[in-house]
Amino acid sequence: VTESNGVPCRGKVLTLDNMNPNVRRVEYAVRGAIVQRAGQIEKELKEGVKKPFTEVIKANIGDAHAMGQKPISFLRQVLALCSYPELLEDNKFPEDAKHRARRILEACGGHSIGAYSASQGIECVRQDVARYIEKRDGGIPSNPDNIYLSTGASDAIVTMLKLLVCGEGRDRTGVMISIPQYPLYSAALADLGAVQISYYLDEDKCWSLDVAELKRAVDAARQHCNPRVLCIINPGNPTGQVQSRQCIEDVIRFAKEEHLFLMADEVYQDNVYAEGCKFHSFKKVLFEMGPAYSSTVEMASFHSTSKCYMGECGFRGGYMEVINMDPEVKAQLTKLVSVRLCPPVPGQALLDLVVNPPQPDEPSYNTFMKERTAVLAALAEKARLTEQIFNEVPGVTCNPVQGAMYTFPRIALPQKAIDKAKEEGQVPDMFYCMRLLEEEGICLVPGSGFGQREGTFHFRMTILPPTEKLKIVLQKISDFHVRFTQEFS
Amino acid sequence: KVYTQTEHSGQKKLRLLSRAKVLTIDTMNPTVKKVEYAVRGPIVLRAVELERELSEGMKKPFSEVIKANIGDAHAMGQQPITFFRQVLALCSYPELLNDSTFPEDAKSRARRILQSCGGNSMGSYTASQGIDSVRQDVARYIERRDGGVPCDPDDIYLTTGASDGIVTMLKLLVCGEGATRTGVMISIPQYPLYSAALAELGAVQINYYLNEEKCWSMDISELQRALDEARRHCNPRALCVINPGNPTGQVQSRQCIEDVIRFAANERLLLMADEVYQDNVYAEGCQFHSFKKVLFEMGPEYSDTVELVSFHSTSKCYMGECGFRGGYMEIINMDDEVKAQLTKLVSVRLCPPVPGQALMDLVVNPPQPGEPSHDNFIKERTATLSALAEKAKLTEQVLNTIQGISCNPVQGAMYSFPRITIPEKAIQEAMDKGQEPDMFYCMKMLEETGICLVPGSGFGQTDGTYHFRMTILPPTDKLTILLNKVKEFHQKFTQQYS
Repeated sequence: VTESNGVPCRGKVLTLDNMNPNVRRVEYAVRGAIVQRAGQIEKELKEGVKKPFTEVIKANIGDAHAMGQKPISFLRQVLALCSYPELLEDNKFPEDAKHRARRILEACGGHSIGAYSASQGIECVRQDVARYIEKRDGGIPSNPDNIYLSTGASDAIVTMLKLLVCGEGRDRTGVMISIPQYPLYSAALADLGAVQISYYLDEDKCWSLDVAELKRAVDAARQHCNPRVLCIINPGNPTGQVQSRQCIEDVIRFAKEEHLFLMADEVYQDNVYAEGCKFHSFKKVLFEMGPAYSSTVEMASFHSTSKCYMGECGFRGGYMEVINMDPEVKAQLTKLVSVRLCPPVPGQALLDLVVNPPQPDEPSYNTFMKERTAVLAALAEKARLTEQIFNEVPGVTCNPVQGAMYTFPRIALPQKAIDKAKEEGQVPDMFYCMRLLEEEGICLVPGSGFGQREGTFHFRMTILPPTEKLKIVLQKISDFHVRFTQEFS
Repeated sequence: KVYTQTEHSGQKKLRLLSRAKVLTIDTMNPTVKKVEYAVRGPIVLRAVELERELSEGMKKPFSEVIKANIGDAHAMGQQPITFFRQVLALCSYPELLNDSTFPEDAKSRARRILQSCGGNSMGSYTASQGIDSVRQDVARYIERRDGGVPCDPDDIYLTTGASDGIVTMLKLLVCGEGATRTGVMISIPQYPLYSAALAELGAVQINYYLNEEKCWSMDISELQRALDEARRHCNPRALCVINPGNPTGQVQSRQCIEDVIRFAANERLLLMADEVYQDNVYAEGCQFHSFKKVLFEMGPEYSDTVELVSFHSTSKCYMGECGFRGGYMEIINMDDEVKAQLTKLVSVRLCPPVPGQALMDLVVNPPQPGEPSHDNFIKERTATLSALAEKAKLTEQVLNTIQGISCNPVQGAMYSFPRITIPEKAIQEAMDKGQEPDMFYCMKMLEETGICLVPGSGFGQTDGTYHFRMTILPPTDKLTILLNKVKEFHQKFTQQYS
C-alpha cells in the first residue's frame, strides 16, 4: 500500500481487526450512542446553535448530584477534615466529624489519605462495614475478613465474575442475569467471554422474579454451557422492583439446588418507596433459612456509596461481602485485588461514614437525619409522580417504581415507526429515544440497552431531576409520545 | 461429589449427599491463578502478621516492621503538598470557600474544578474519559513539558492510577491463539503489574534484559534478540518501557529513547511508555526525556506513524498521593476506530475517582509565580525532591560498602535494586525449602530485623543472580539506620552460611 507520493505506508499496529475481539463485543448503553449524541448537542448549544430547547436533560444515568441533589453535610465535612487535617483545629467543624476524621487518619499510613491502604481496604473501615451489616441484618454475624472494599460496586462485581469464569466451549461458565438488567453485567460477561444466561422478569407482575423462569433458563443453558452463577439486582435496575422475602428465599433455594454461586447486587438497598415493600438482604434471608443453607450457599453481596441517600458516585466507594467462599479461592481473590494496590482512599473514608453515621447522641445527628430523610422522601415522591403521569399517557404503561432510581415504562410503537427505524438501521426504541433527544433535549436510554422481551419496547428514565423539573420532563415526554404516535399512525 | 443410591418404586436414584463448592481452586479462572504480584506478595503477608504479633505484645528482635517494600511516600512520613490538600478540602466541602484561611489561588482552582462537575459536586460521575477541563489542563502541561509539541486533550484519558490505564491498553492489544497470541515486551527486571496483567490476560510475556553492568541501560541488540526469539511462538505487538525505571531507577538517555522508538517503528510495535517517575531524577547528567517529545523531534516519519501511549500518575514524583488513584494516559497515533472502542470500554466503569481527577488537575496546573501559594509550593516540592535525591545517594553509598552487595547508582524513581551474593549453602537451604534464594534471604531479614523488602525474583533478574528492591523513602535518619541494619544482616547471613 502506498501513499500518493509513492512512499509506502503501512496499516497501524493496533486496528479493529487485530484488537481484543471480546472488547469489541462490549456494549454499555447507559453511556452509549444516545449519550454521545446528547454530548454533541450540548456542545452545539454552547456554541449558540439554535435548538427547540435550551438545555439537555441527562435522565440517562443514576447520578443524583448532577441532577441537583445535595451531598450530606456530615460526610463532606469529614472528607474535608481528612483531606486537610489542619482543619481539625477549626472550631467550625463539629466534634463528631473530627472524631471520625481522626479515626480514619489514624488507620492510614503516615496518617495520610495519600498513602496506599491494605488492598482489601482499610481494616477499621472493614470492621465498621461488618458492624453495619450485623446491625442491618438483626445481629447475624459478619466477619470483617469477608469484606472487600472496592472502587464502586462495579469493580467488585467484575472481579467476582472474573474469578468465576473458566472452561471452554460447552464447559464455558454461564452466568444468569435478569432481562432487563443493568448493562455492566452484559458488558463484563462479553469482556470475559463468559456465557450470558438471560432470565426474564415478569413485567405483568411488577417485574417480579419467577423461579419457574429461572429453571427454564438454566435448563436451556445447560445444553451449551456450564451455568455456575446467578446474579440478581435487588432493588432492581432498571426496573425498580423490590423482591419479596418469599422470592428471595426461593432464589436462594434455587441457587442451592442448581449449585450456583449467588451474586446479590444491593446498591439501592435504602431506595425503597412503595407501600408494602421492604428491603431484605440476601444474607439475612440466607441465615434465617438455617445452616443447611447458611453454611453452604456461596454468595457475594455488593453495596456502594453511589446511590441510596448519598449519591456520591464520583468517589467510587463500595464493598462486597463474601459468604462461604472456599479459603483457597479467597486467597486468590486477595492476591488478585493486590495487583491494583487499593481502592481510592477518599471512597473508603466515605464508605466508613455511610456505615457509621452520626448517632442520636451526637451533634450532627439531627441535621444528618433531616438531610437524609429529605432526600429519600423526595425520591419517593418523584417515584410516585412518575408512575402516575406516565400511566396517564395512552401507549405508555408504567409499573410502580417500588425502589431504586429509575422508571422503565413500556411504550407502544406504531408499526410505521418500527419500519422507519429498521430502514435507518436502528433498533425501534433507539429511534424513538433519539427523536425525543433531538426534539426535546431529553436524554433517556432505550430499553434495548437493558434487554426486554422480543417485540416489546421500553426506555429507562431516572427519577432524579428536582420535582418541578421532573414534572416538566414528564409532561414533555408525554406530549412527545402522543405526537410521535400521531406522526407514525 | 458424593452420592448415595436409594431404591424408590423400583427405580434406582442417585442422591447427592455432599458437594464440593461451586467455586474452588480447580473451577476458578485459571489465568487468575497464574497472577503474582510480589510487591504485596507472601513477604508482605508475613510482615503484616509480624506487625499484628508486635501489637499483641509478642517479643521480637525489633520494635517495628519497616515496610520498605512499596513505593508509598506518605506511609513513610513524607508530607502532602499543602496547596493540593487545601484545594481538595475546598472541593469536598465548598462551604470552606467562605473561609478566609484559604488562599485565593486555591479557591480559584477549586471553583474551576467544581464548575466542571455535574451539579457542581465532586460526587457526580464525570465524563468517562475524565473531566474536560482537567484533560485540557493535562494537555497544556504536556505541551509545556515537551517544549511546545502539541497535545490534543481528546488524546488524554484520565485513569484510576496509571495501573488502570496500563491494564486497559494491554487488554485492548490482546488477541490471537497459540502461535498468533499477542506478545508484549517488558524489561527484566520489571514492575510486576506488567507480568500480572499479561498472565491474567493470557498474553505472552517477552522478556528483554536490562544491562546491569551498564547501570541497567537498554540495549537494542537485546531487544532484537528477545523479539526474534519471541516471533517463533507468538505475535509480538507491544513494547513496554518504564522510564525512569522500576525497580532499577535508571534514567534512559535521549539516544536510547530514540533508538527504542526507531526499533518500535521498524518492528511494528505499539510503544507503552510508563513515565510515572518523571520528576524523580537525581543523578548528575541524567535528565527525563519524554517519549512523546523525542518521538516528535524525530520528525514526521516517526511522529505521524509510531503508536505510542504514555502513562503518568499522582502516586509518585513529589506528590506521593497513592491513595487518591489519580492518573492519565496520552494516546498518540491510535487508529480512530480503536480509539472509539477504548472510549466505549472505559465507559463501562463510568469514570475514574473524581478526587483523583481533581488532584491531577492541580499537579498539571500548580501555583504560578505571582500566586499566593507559589513560594510555599516550590519550597515543599523542592524539599521533597532534594530529600529523595539525598536518600538515593546515601542508599547507593552505604550499600556499596557492604561486601557481597553491589548497588548501581539510583539515577531516579524511588528504589534501589542492589545485587546480593548469596552463599551456596543458603541457596541450597532455600531450594530445600522450595523457596527462591532471594525470598529465603529477605524472609530471614524480615524475621530478624523487621525490615520488609521485596526479593528480586518478584521483578525478574538474570538467572543465577539475586537482588532485592528497597524503597529509599524512609526519613533520612531512619533510612540510615535501615541501611546499617541491612549491612549487619548481610554480614551475619553471609557468615552463617559460609
